[in-house]
Amino acid sequence: MARVEMTSHLFRFFPALKGREIIVPGQSVAEVLAAVNELAPGFTDYVLDERGAVRRHVLISVNDSMLVDRKTLSDRVPEGGTVYVFQALTGG
Amino acid sequence: MSNTILLGTRKGTVIIEQTASGWRPKPIAHEGMPVCYAARDPRDGTLWASLDHGHWGPKLSRSRDGGASWEDAPAIKYPAGARYIVKYLPTPDFDPEAPVGAPEYQDATVYKIWNLAFGAAQQPGRLYAGTIPGGLFVSDDGGDSWELNRPLWNHPSRGGDLFAGDASSENTWGGTPASIDYGVFEPGIHSIVVDPRDPDHLYVGVSSAGVLESTDGGQSWHGRNRGMLMDYLPNPAAEWGHDPHFVTVCPGQPDHLWQQNHCGVFYSENGAQNWNKVSRPDAGVHFGFPIAADAKAGGTAWVVPARADSERMAIGGGLFVARTQDAGRSWQTFRDGLPQEHAYDIVLRHSLDAAGDCVCFGSTTGNVYLSQDRGETWQCLGSNFPPVYSVRFG
Repeated sequence: MARVEMTSHLFRFFPALKGREIIVPGQSVAEVLAAVNELAPGFTDYVLDERGAVRRHVLISVNDSMLVDRKTLSDRVPEGGTVYVFQALTGG
Repeated sequence: MSNTILLGTRKGTVIIEQTASGWRPKPIAHEGMPVCYAARDPRDGTLWASLDHGHWGPKLSRSRDGGASWEDAPAIKYPAGARYIVKYLPTPDFDPEAPVGAPEYQDATVYKIWNLAFGAAQQPGRLYAGTIPGGLFVSDDGGDSWELNRPLWNHPSRGGDLFAGDASSENTWGGTPASIDYGVFEPGIHSIVVDPRDPDHLYVGVSSAGVLESTDGGQSWHGRNRGMLMDYLPNPAAEWGHDPHFVTVCPGQPDHLWQQNHCGVFYSENGAQNWNKVSRPDAGVHFGFPIAADAKAGGTAWVVPARADSERMAIGGGLFVARTQDAGRSWQTFRDGLPQEHAYDIVLRHSLDAAGDCVCFGSTTGNVYLSQDRGETWQCLGSNFPPVYSVRFG
């Protein structure tokens, strides 16, 4: 199981995720995000493009390591690890 | 006459309604989100907004209760296998005669849903969405699902059917600087015209390719760029590479089409079989982005000219609207009610609309102006709106 932390901006679109601990199954980032999408349908359309790649201005890390495989999200998530989903800072 | 105006702005969707005490904006919807296009489906009253999230990807939002509440519509997605041939912004040493190298392919993803159009009354649920990077999407269920129009995507002018394999022809479509914010230079469909007489008769306007026509409901497409002239390529009359900024039709006389092009104002009175340049640079009518056609008179149109390609601002610091009533042979300019000094407003391609005697436009400076006498005098509906991306009567 993995914990998911995300920017509060996403709670505007997915209020069901707000104020709750998000613990989902998954051994890769792709599997973890797919599990979040089960809780909040449409979530992956916000974070990933239609190819399944991370959108240009989204940052994802596993614990404190930035995601390496931004195309297929194959990075492994250790048991009990945390996946962070944030906005990349763009503009001033 | 319409009593509602929809604005797509950099900070959300604004609905302005005519009340007993004048035109009043309602509280902004999609607060804080860029909205590049907003319009009302005249068939069932659904309001549509194209959200241009910087981080979360383009989304469509719709309201079936006049804007009281909005919901995400299912996402528009390019199908697996949708590819295009990459083009780069020409550099100063660009040599159009240089041999073409091996094509570089890119998987397509939606960068922007730039425009929406609604099918005919006899086609309930038919919607069109024009996107960057150059795909036209069609829905027949009111936006619950969308399908890429493959004949246009696979057009020989773009390299042929790349779903099936490698390119069978060259990609002659350029990119649009409007997409450069996203770090890409891809073509964009910004204009979709449905012939009111025949819903299978369609036109699209593409930056930077030109105008295409279909007479069979989108099963085949043909370039309609004869008479259009480019002043930025060695061959101004080349078949492809044109930069219409916006293309529109006179609903009452649908053989009469208008376009504000990067290289002037063009008019066709024969269904885009050929175009005539009707710019009058001496009258300030040449460069600009939007154009609006009259509902009934095919020879009547309005533009909001800008200074020049390289200096995108109001001409001489004063804002004016130009109208022709004789198919572009002459233009009248109107300034009454518009600022005539220290004005730097630019009006983008979807930010001018006409309905009956009403004409309305909004600018990137956040000013919105309305005329109720066919463009001759103007009132300001507000000067502190966010930058305006679209204006549509609803």
